[in-house]
Amino acid sequence: MDAIGRLLDLRELTVIVDEQGNVTFSDLPADIREVARSISGVAMNDILTMGAGQLRDAVRNRELSPVEVTTAFLERVEAVEPQVHAFLHVDPELAFDQARKTEADVMAGRGGVLAGVPVAVKDIFDTRDMPTTAGSRVLEGFRPPFDATVVARLRKAGAIVLGKTNMDEFAMGSTGEHSAYGPTRNPWDTTMSPGGSSSGSAAALAALQAPLALGTDTGGSIRQPAALCGVVGMKPTYGRVSRYGLIAFASSLDQAGPMARRVEDAALLLQVIAGRDPLDSTSLDVPVPDYASQVNAGVSGLRVGLVRDFVEQDGVEPDIRKRVLETADVLKEKGALVRDVRLPHAGYCIAAYYIIATAEASSNLARYDGVRYGLRREVPQGGLDAMYRATRSEGFGGEVKRRVILGTFVLSEGYSEAYYQRATRARTLIRRDFERVFRDVDVLLMPTSPVAAVGIGERAADPLSEYLLDEFTVCLNLAGLPGISVPVGLDHAGHPVGVQIAGPPLSEVDLFRAAKAVEDEFSFYTEFPDL
Amino acid sequence: MKGEVMDLPDDYEVVIGLEVHVQLKTKSKMFCACSTNFGDSPNSHVCPVCLGMPGALPVLNREAVKLGLMLGLATNSRIRRRSRFARKNYFYPDLPRGYQITQFDEPLCEHGSLRIGMGEGEKVVGITRIHLEDDAGKNVHDPQTGRTYVDFNRCGIGLAEIVSEPDMRSPQDAYLYMREIHSLVTYLGISDGNMEQGNLRCDANVSLRKKGEQAFGTRTEVKNINSFRFVKHALEYEVGRQLDVLRAGGRVVQETRMFDSHRGVTVPMRTKEEASDYRYFPEPDLMYLEVTDQMMQEAKAALVELPGERKRRFMREYGLFPRECEALVASKDLADYYEAVVRASGDPKRSAGMVLTELLGALNKDSLDIMQSPIKPGDIAAIVKALASGRLSSKMAKKVFAQAYGGQPVQRLLKEIGSKVVDQEQIAKWVDEVIAAHPDEVRRYKAGKQGLMAFFVGQVMKASRGKADPGITNRILKERLG
Repeated sequence: MDAIGRLLDLRELTVIVDEQGNVTFSDLPADIREVARSISGVAMNDILTMGAGQLRDAVRNRELSPVEVTTAFLERVEAVEPQVHAFLHVDPELAFDQARKTEADVMAGRGGVLAGVPVAVKDIFDTRDMPTTAGSRVLEGFRPPFDATVVARLRKAGAIVLGKTNMDEFAMGSTGEHSAYGPTRNPWDTTMSPGGSSSGSAAALAALQAPLALGTDTGGSIRQPAALCGVVGMKPTYGRVSRYGLIAFASSLDQAGPMARRVEDAALLLQVIAGRDPLDSTSLDVPVPDYASQVNAGVSGLRVGLVRDFVEQDGVEPDIRKRVLETADVLKEKGALVRDVRLPHAGYCIAAYYIIATAEASSNLARYDGVRYGLRREVPQGGLDAMYRATRSEGFGGEVKRRVILGTFVLSEGYSEAYYQRATRARTLIRRDFERVFRDVDVLLMPTSPVAAVGIGERAADPLSEYLLDEFTVCLNLAGLPGISVPVGLDHAGHPVGVQIAGPPLSEVDLFRAAKAVEDEFSFYTEFPDL
Repeated sequence: MKGEVMDLPDDYEVVIGLEVHVQLKTKSKMFCACSTNFGDSPNSHVCPVCLGMPGALPVLNREAVKLGLMLGLATNSRIRRRSRFARKNYFYPDLPRGYQITQFDEPLCEHGSLRIGMGEGEKVVGITRIHLEDDAGKNVHDPQTGRTYVDFNRCGIGLAEIVSEPDMRSPQDAYLYMREIHSLVTYLGISDGNMEQGNLRCDANVSLRKKGEQAFGTRTEVKNINSFRFVKHALEYEVGRQLDVLRAGGRVVQETRMFDSHRGVTVPMRTKEEASDYRYFPEPDLMYLEVTDQMMQEAKAALVELPGERKRRFMREYGLFPRECEALVASKDLADYYEAVVRASGDPKRSAGMVLTELLGALNKDSLDIMQSPIKPGDIAAIVKALASGRLSSKMAKKVFAQAYGGQPVQRLLKEIGSKVVDQEQIAKWVDEVIAAHPDEVRRYKAGKQGLMAFFVGQVMKASRGKADPGITNRILKERLG
């Protein structure tokens, strides 16, 4: 216990984030590192690759202390951040504070569902003790006075918040390159993008910097980076998880969700964050099932619809098409009933999505005006309008400006009917497509992303080609449906490939079951990138 | 034109519609738990939600919905069982989210009406819609530093906006309409209804059209009308201004004008071309507002008799004059007080006189509210009863009232006077005695010597040793002497 006691006093550790966003720590005292290793039979590397459930069990059984676990992951962050840049903010001191608190709880027999499990939190969630920027200059240095509901639930469950992860500014982007603080790199190939907008959360998982991560998904921002980084990511049913404290991009589409390297870990995380929140009127008042205990229920008799419209589309890379069809075969072998289905209005998804999402964003981002918090640029003698203009010109990046302008246009008088109203009607048609197919099948199988990898700098210059990366994910946000991306292996170039499984509202249990069956076949979580 | 009704033009018809904002009297704000208390130090009632902090979300105040429903029911509006909120987008420092949460295409109430005026002048004003929304903060300019500060205490307080049809035909109509809304919202406890404090705000749409024409003329919107007096002043000015323009062969420009209460004029604020595009769209952070049967029942149960109905009932049941009814229902407390007096006295007419003349006169002099009245309805009723039975002359009733108002117990006062005052039967006896004792005078009186009446009265007073009421004595004498 002496050793743990010394670790608990570990206060001299500080973190330094330089201008490029690189993170370095002041050195851990060598003897502390040694002690940390020696106090348990579990080697540091084992800690990094353990599942969240396993870590939790080891902590509850007092085989591992939360402080040891936290130390292991912080060291890993320190080691690989220069290559990955998954984090915008890491706070070892706070992490150790929480670790010690959890330690005390465990000793008192009160270990929560995520006791001692580190979590990387996307910087779009409000955290009262850490800066929250949503990847934007306009919120540089902003410290919210409150925790997002999901963050509060994580803390209550004994999880250790390691830090805040990088992301496309205000979650607008599919490559992570639209962060105001520099791009995150894909741990599998650091010349490649990790996808986006939850770029840092996905990359942190792939780089073994955390066993769990929180993401948000407005048009695919959890699932697409999960696919590109070879991890699991779920967008739950709209309303399943509270949005209170989630900085809004497009409120009718935004949904927080779990990311992990294993399906059952994602289930465990959803367990903790899901459920009615009186602070979010759109959160659903429906009991939360015990997801984790049902992931192994198998797929026997599960009716799976293979979405032909997506699989056969020209833009889909052959390797991905092959992997999706292979997955269909795997599910069939395991007892699922697979059939082809069509979504006749799928072609409208991208257009409808970019109209609705930008319209809502133009309104949601109006609050960044320099009056109350965040960046403020005053113009001498310029008055109020000049202050607004200077603050927003400097505070927002190019992609955000593009979307705010687009969204303002589609809502403006004389154009709203042609764009916004029509997009909402298309949304209804898309929703009906899904309602119809779910009369015949329980879940849908489709690609998560049309491509396995995107080079950094490749799409950023061409917004439309970047928007097309969301083709297979946005439809679920428009319809409010849950979807999960699960890795199935690597393509010919060594880039991870994910497949997407979707279901009707509140079918998360079925999605976890199906995803687990796929995971059992490919066991991708046993593979790690070289860093 | 103070207090007077302006002369309406012969050639043009005045058309006025009002948009009235009513600040709802709820404990907490429309979408968060912050207090709605007025007058506290700046920014002492704020939270992440009403400050529009990133990630904060609105949660609808159920009490505000109930007040909105009551307003809808009281104006015979159709209640939408499924209404929704929308965002009205514009930039201003007192609007922290960059949008107001209001209702747009599906408001809570529609197609209502409100009765204004009484008797001959009574008319019905249509209500287009009533919707719920939240208030903005307040910009405070500091002339010393030249800087503007924002106080967000008011920001997020619930409002109901009542939009009328263009059914009013004079500034006087508009004034009566505002008065009616005021007594309605204060009666129902929906709002404090204080125009000076901004609980009740009004914008007016004003236009003129040639008499007999169907189409509306070009209208202007007049803002910043923040007292009842200004409703008339601002509109009379604006009507006069438009009349001058039209009679000179000019055209009214569609614009928003601001009432300058110091100069008593309206001045241009912005033209139609400068108007903002609010880019309304459904508020995604709130669900549809579903009004359940239970919510309807609760709102109905909270409705009390409305001032208009009560006024008409007072006229019908109590036979009061319109002017008396109007005065008695000016506040619910006063009307309640009056009815308590009526119940105890059984004499509505005399009760109205006592309450309106004696009681209100005294209260006004002391700047007291009816609720602060030092005298209880039962005491007034006792005086009214004594007056009705003739035990008190009206002069004495005034005296008793004044003493009772000053704190002396009414029953004791009446008892004391009772020993002086005798009832009518006793007076009649004395009268008969006096008549029997003076046959000569009786004969001369009957022959036309009317001046002898004073002699008889004097004799009765003498017989009663001053206790008899001269008025009653007079009446009985006249009866007896034919």
